[in-house]
Amino acid sequence: MSDPTVAPEPSPAPTTPRVSKVSEAVIRIAGNSQDGIQAIGGFLARLAGRSEQEVMTFMTIPATISGGPSIFQVRIGSGEVLSAGDDADVLLCFYDHSYANHISSLKRGGIVLYDSDHVKPNEELLGSYHHVGVPISSLTVEAIGGTGRDKGKNIYALGLLARMFDLNVPKLTKLIEERFGGKDPTIVQNALACFNSGYGHQVQGLWETFQFQPGENAGHPQVVMSGNEALAYGLLAAGVRFGAGYPITPWSDIMELLRRELPKYGGTFVQTEDEIAAISMAIGASYGGRVAVTGSSGPGISLKTEALGWASMAEMPVVIIDVQRGGPSTGMPTNVEQSDLNIAINGGHGDSPRVVLAPASVEDCFYTAIEAVNIARKYSTPVILLTDQGIASRIEAFPTPDLEKVCQNLTPDFTPVMDHKPYDLATADGITRHIAPGTRVASGKYPVVTGLEHDELGHPTGSGKVHTQMNAKRRNKLKKLAEELPVPQVYGASEGHVLLVSWGSSKGPLEEAVKQARKHGEALSALHLKHLNPLPNGLEKIFSGFTHVVVVELNDEGLYGYGQLAAVLRARYCDPRIRSVTKTDGLTWKVKEILQRVLTLTK
Amino acid sequence: MSTLTLPRTTLAPGIVPELPDAERKPLTKKDTAADHPTWCPGCGDFSVLALYYKIIEKRKIWHEKICTIAGIGCSSRFPYFVQAHGAHFIHGRALAFASGVSLSRPDLHVFVFGGDGDAFSIGGNHFNHTARKNVKLTYVVMDNHVYGLTKKQTSPTSPIGFKSKTDVWGSTDRPINPMKQAIAAGATFVARSTATNIPHLLKVMEAAMDHNGFSFIECLSECIEFYPGAFDGANPRKGGSFPEVPAEHDVTDEYAAYKLADAEGPGVFGIFYQVQRPTKNANEAKLITEHRSKVEGLADWQILKKSFDRMK
Repeated sequence: MSDPTVAPEPSPAPTTPRVSKVSEAVIRIAGNSQDGIQAIGGFLARLAGRSEQEVMTFMTIPATISGGPSIFQVRIGSGEVLSAGDDADVLLCFYDHSYANHISSLKRGGIVLYDSDHVKPNEELLGSYHHVGVPISSLTVEAIGGTGRDKGKNIYALGLLARMFDLNVPKLTKLIEERFGGKDPTIVQNALACFNSGYGHQVQGLWETFQFQPGENAGHPQVVMSGNEALAYGLLAAGVRFGAGYPITPWSDIMELLRRELPKYGGTFVQTEDEIAAISMAIGASYGGRVAVTGSSGPGISLKTEALGWASMAEMPVVIIDVQRGGPSTGMPTNVEQSDLNIAINGGHGDSPRVVLAPASVEDCFYTAIEAVNIARKYSTPVILLTDQGIASRIEAFPTPDLEKVCQNLTPDFTPVMDHKPYDLATADGITRHIAPGTRVASGKYPVVTGLEHDELGHPTGSGKVHTQMNAKRRNKLKKLAEELPVPQVYGASEGHVLLVSWGSSKGPLEEAVKQARKHGEALSALHLKHLNPLPNGLEKIFSGFTHVVVVELNDEGLYGYGQLAAVLRARYCDPRIRSVTKTDGLTWKVKEILQRVLTLTK
Repeated sequence: MSTLTLPRTTLAPGIVPELPDAERKPLTKKDTAADHPTWCPGCGDFSVLALYYKIIEKRKIWHEKICTIAGIGCSSRFPYFVQAHGAHFIHGRALAFASGVSLSRPDLHVFVFGGDGDAFSIGGNHFNHTARKNVKLTYVVMDNHVYGLTKKQTSPTSPIGFKSKTDVWGSTDRPINPMKQAIAAGATFVARSTATNIPHLLKVMEAAMDHNGFSFIECLSECIEFYPGAFDGANPRKGGSFPEVPAEHDVTDEYAAYKLADAEGPGVFGIFYQVQRPTKNANEAKLITEHRSKVEGLADWQILKKSFDRMK
């Protein structure tokens, strides 16, 4: 909101709050997950999207069934927003535990807006933060007619925030009506009563309110959604019409959406008995002629690896989504981690090449899903799409895609052929092409697909020579893909002291770190890798412009001191400049954390 | 909206001559036989294969519409011996794979072949769920009561006392009763036959093929190498008997079917249970019809646009 290094000195409150123009704000809402704090964050994010502002959110959710402490952080900016923000400008807290656990995430001099029915502020902190108490719970009860229940206090608090940030009330009202408008009209009436009451409340002791400068994205209609939603819609746009899965957090959102949406497109999603059946069924449907999808998180991916090996061997296209979470085993189911890269690239027995892609943002989830489907088809290969909890549940606004242009029709081709050898070793591009069952072969010689090593028609062979040739075939087609991949662009100068390398959801925080560091004269740049297996060609040229190459990733440094991507890059380039900073605290990177760690490492 | 097609790897590119259905001849064994079976001479599985060729010919199934799927085991080598589209999948998961084919390709005849290990041990859960979902396909389990491919270990259907390399003192675990398993799981066609009674097996396989739903046949199929004589009791030529399901048995009576599965000795043979219940295929097709009617006249991208408009 303001320069973080300059904290405004608390001063006696004037009667009329002054209005400050801001280009961005970080609002952290802390409470319990059952209080609907995600809903407040969601409203703010969608309002920003409709106001052509950039927005990014970050949330934590308890892994327990009945809820528990939870936060939702929203960063709204009139310009580029790269991360959910390190420190909050405003902290809204509902309970003592929310206050105690999150007051340190507030900028010095920031505003803590608390429910004075439940929170008793710490006297020692009164001078460091601007404390504003509102009896939110009791005022909510009053607003909706005194039923004795405070359900709706989230919407009341939204009203308070709307006043504080001079938010667009008609737009917010419309959002509330859209969300709560349903069969029972009292629900939306109550919600609006709460909102209006909060908005109209004369807050005591507030000496500053804010106004956002107009967004820079004017004229570009935006959509607002989570990464999981964007990914699922991307699969639909790509033309996927069959999927199978088993529930597991945080993948379940994707399968729920596909189950709901696919019938509209003439497709089917099957909830299977287990993870193995899910991938097997998806591969079966792919064999039926149209790339199918399955997905999971951590433990479920382990279960799928045998069938994944079959898809690699039989060269059957299939898209496998892995919404990574903290591992190993059941691990930290609702926390972010990027520790499945090794299993994505190498998981399974034998040499089983496959493609691994990782989207960087919510918008990227949409387009990467389409790319994954197209690579799977074109190269007849399994493709793993590695997303993470950091993007899966994050809400962002992004320009509405040109759907007429990006949507694809993948109706299978059953035109009869004279003769067909799927695993032809003599083709120019070295890529396997299957014909789906239902395709007549005039010669009467039909191919089979198998997990046994096979000859060009798919029939089993024990020949070591053929095994060598087929291993090379499965490997070389991915080398060919590597040639076709775009070389990633460096963010910042192409030469300097340190090149930060990111993958997955860390892209934004890294680029913001570069921006901040360059302001302070540090020669930092960033490179984001989306294609992780195969890697694009030409990275060594980029690395050569820097004294240090530091991979910033959310996993453990391992036995030998390198994160999972750093280890792959070191093996690939034999370059001792490549090192990593890693962490596994279950949270996304903060910009200051990256800078501290990287600058210490490269001093 | 772009329509994507891929190039094909064909040996002899060119326009394939039309073949109107009226001019098509039934496929002979010569047309449908592929690799020479790798089974031991005398293996019961040969009968099932021979009958499969025969049904394809008799029922005039078009070549490209046959889809043969198997998991892992001796009997699961089946797809290599059939000159048609086929898939040899991983151990125990053939039914899940086949469900993907059946649900996405209702135009195909999906046949799954496997053994007792595939069906009742490593793939046991898929057996239950494919039956319960009533996915339209035919599943023939060639039950030999032993693991043959891995050379004589105890199988989930090995009788108590059976001596194998993993139970040298004789198996002590109660075997699975495939008929009861299938009925309890919700299969809509449950039958039993043997590889030695060809006319009976043919009749049962044809009935299974005609059944609209998940049809399951347990076919006793002797492993000549590791469990010879296992089914002599069901073979009149070897001094046994072949008791058929009584004519008065009501195939829609679940409890009566369950009771039949309790028969001693070789047990009884024939169709134990058959009912009509909506298939998973039909249920999904119905869902699609309902949802499609709400978006009638819209292209896929327009349907997606409607969703995106709500997220603005």
